[in-house]
Amino acid sequence: MAGAKNHPYHLVEPSPWPLIGAFSALFLFGGLVMWMHSVSGGPYVMGIGIIGVIGTMFSWWSQVIREAHGGDHTPVVQLHLRYGMILFIASEVMFFVAWFWAFFDASLFPAAVDSIGGVWPPKGMQVLDPFGFPLLNTLILLCSGTTVTWAHHALIHNDRKGLIIGLWLTILLGLTFSSIQGWEYWHAPFAFKQNVYTSTFFMATGFHGAHVIIGTIFLTVCLIRAYKGDFTPRQHFGFEAAAWYWHFVDVVWLFLFICIYVWGGWGATYAG
Amino acid sequence: MTDTTANATHFEAHDAHDAHHHDAEHVPGFFVRWFMSTNHKDIGTLYLIFAIIAGIIGGSISGLMRTELAQPHIQYLQQWAGAGATMDEATHLWNVLITAHGLIMVFFMVMPAMIGGFGNWFVPLMIGAPDLAFPRMNNISFWLLVPAFLLLLGSTLVPGGTGNGAGTGWTVYAPLSTSGSTGPAVDMAIFALHLAGASSILGAINFITTIFNMRAPGMTLHKMPLFVWSVLVTAFLLLLALPVLAGAITMLLTDRNFGTHVYDASGGGDPILYQHLFWFFGHPEVYIMILPGFGMISQVVATFSRKPVFGYLGMAYAMVAIGVIGFVVWAHHMFTVGLDVNTKMYFTAATMVIAVPTGIKIFSWIATMWGGSLTFETPMLWALGFIFMFTVGGVTGVVLANGGVDNNLHDTYYVVAHFHYVLSLGAVFSLFAGWYYWLPKMSGKMYNELLGKAHFWLFFIGVNVLFFPMHFLGMDGMQRRVPDYADAFAYWNHIATIGFMMMAAGMVFFFVNIIYTLAAGRKVGNNPWGEGATTLEWTLSSPPPFHQFSTLPRID
Repeated sequence: MAGAKNHPYHLVEPSPWPLIGAFSALFLFGGLVMWMHSVSGGPYVMGIGIIGVIGTMFSWWSQVIREAHGGDHTPVVQLHLRYGMILFIASEVMFFVAWFWAFFDASLFPAAVDSIGGVWPPKGMQVLDPFGFPLLNTLILLCSGTTVTWAHHALIHNDRKGLIIGLWLTILLGLTFSSIQGWEYWHAPFAFKQNVYTSTFFMATGFHGAHVIIGTIFLTVCLIRAYKGDFTPRQHFGFEAAAWYWHFVDVVWLFLFICIYVWGGWGATYAG
Repeated sequence: MTDTTANATHFEAHDAHDAHHHDAEHVPGFFVRWFMSTNHKDIGTLYLIFAIIAGIIGGSISGLMRTELAQPHIQYLQQWAGAGATMDEATHLWNVLITAHGLIMVFFMVMPAMIGGFGNWFVPLMIGAPDLAFPRMNNISFWLLVPAFLLLLGSTLVPGGTGNGAGTGWTVYAPLSTSGSTGPAVDMAIFALHLAGASSILGAINFITTIFNMRAPGMTLHKMPLFVWSVLVTAFLLLLALPVLAGAITMLLTDRNFGTHVYDASGGGDPILYQHLFWFFGHPEVYIMILPGFGMISQVVATFSRKPVFGYLGMAYAMVAIGVIGFVVWAHHMFTVGLDVNTKMYFTAATMVIAVPTGIKIFSWIATMWGGSLTFETPMLWALGFIFMFTVGGVTGVVLANGGVDNNLHDTYYVVAHFHYVLSLGAVFSLFAGWYYWLPKMSGKMYNELLGKAHFWLFFIGVNVLFFPMHFLGMDGMQRRVPDYADAFAYWNHIATIGFMMMAAGMVFFFVNIIYTLAAGRKVGNNPWGEGATTLEWTLSSPPPFHQFSTLPRID
């Protein structure tokens, strides 16, 4: 029969979510501009945008899961999803290149910059002791990398209990990391608006922190799906994508720890 | 590659024809079809319509600019800036015009037309695939452009620096874009770039996945048409360059609104850092705008020479080389910021290296035509115009690549002439070549040759009269981005404005031709171009069925 599908690809049904998602982004950014310039109603416009974006993500990805259950995810479509996730992570890596570039631009050549005293970290600054909480956080993230691998192996061996325990541990370690980061931000011996050190520090570690939270949410979705009986030993790309993302977040932290916390604070007095 | 796909030409045609009748029943209703689409051809059409609208706006802005520049001294700006506008507000309006022209033409005309429009339409057709890998994500790539464009247009209505609108130049350099423009206009422009960037990154992921995983059985990478190669390389540039821009402009945003000091020297920050980050994106970006054009020109030249492209593999890997080298030459945009001599030497040398793969392409196009049985339909005229004009722009690029020479020419009209020769006469010519080449395939109807040729000749003469004198103006020291100039520059500026009017007259024929084609164009069969057109899209009906290749073609 001509026109019948004789190929393994997934021709998706029409969907309202791209349109809704895009215009929610307009509300989100429009409201953010209003809020930044103290226009009344800004937070409300932004709120509508945030609800729209989150609603879009929820509905869109729920539908992807339904399609997977419906058998649309043939081996080649699963391969598409793998490529898609790898390429997305590649773009995220380049996003962090910008923050590291900003950090090294300031920290490698401080000599000519009078406003920071010609040294790095800027003259007179107290910085965080890298071998206190940051080292602990490094160990936490490394440990979470092993627990997520534990969950993965349990899944492959059809051990649902092991999958759930491994995911719970990973999520708890992620939450611990975020809590410690929050505590350190709160008690940092320097302010967000102080100088280029604090700017690059908070922007780089802050965007990393945001990615940790996103990764934790991603893993939590996987945990809920694990309870609901989703994932089979042969088909569980949603879990693998979350695990890849988690490893990516972990590796970014290792670079942040070595470059910004250890090397970038070398020679300054540590707070506390 | 054109000749290797020829074998697939015959058997797919009748199959696709049957599919057309069957699938026609499944075409959704108007709203669902155009606002909730998951069809690469419909989304490609949306992109092309969007690009044409943005092109009209961006082109009208250049009309305003040429009107003001037709004579020395400020002629109209104060009037346009509103009753009682001060000279500061008038010159701010000028900054807004040049900013909007640049951003619209780059992000909302050339990129959507090339990658979104022609890439969407023809990558799946040329590789024998039913659609892109992620059809729903494809649609949000398009729809994100609409809010982005609305934010950019809306920014002209709110305060920027000394008047309404973002007057920072398309490069949005700090500190003009930070402490120099405190109003919300620049924030809106920044978010417009964020959204357009997200759109392009998602599109890039889609195209790379599609090209790697959805080629028809037997179509190896080395048999892929050159247009598909060009989109593949472009998608990698988008994927790796745009996130850096996103980071750079996010830091602008926090410097502006949240008190960071990344680009602020008073807090130890560095405005030059912004230029590095911007051009690390910006130089790949200029190749993003031209590489799909290279691909289209290869298809058109081969078709109307009735010969396979000369040196197919060299052509493919020349684009890969241009893409790779494009990432390591960015600071040639910054020769006058105080880089040390060794850095300038490196960036001069690296930049000149790009002339090698580009030369491979130019000479291979000429070699493709050599000994071919040439005909000069409208797409071929645009392709020839492209080869000629892009070479001129490339040669002035080699001149500007010299750090020493650039000390004199930086920020003069010589640079404006250079990048308009590679974009306005390069990228845009390739877009028109692709438009006339593929319009019969997309619409099922043939355009009018006479109108097409009138469009070409008026546009070709017009843009040369418009941009060639800018070389002289630049050599004589006329500054870009300034609405006023010394009386000595009056003559060539006047000529340039006449060139603009000729070009605009040419565009009338473009629009008339679209209306003519859709209303009264002759219906065409699968392949109106004959034996030279050997890629898979010409095996399908015109227009192709709603879903093509239900049975995948096999390439031997």
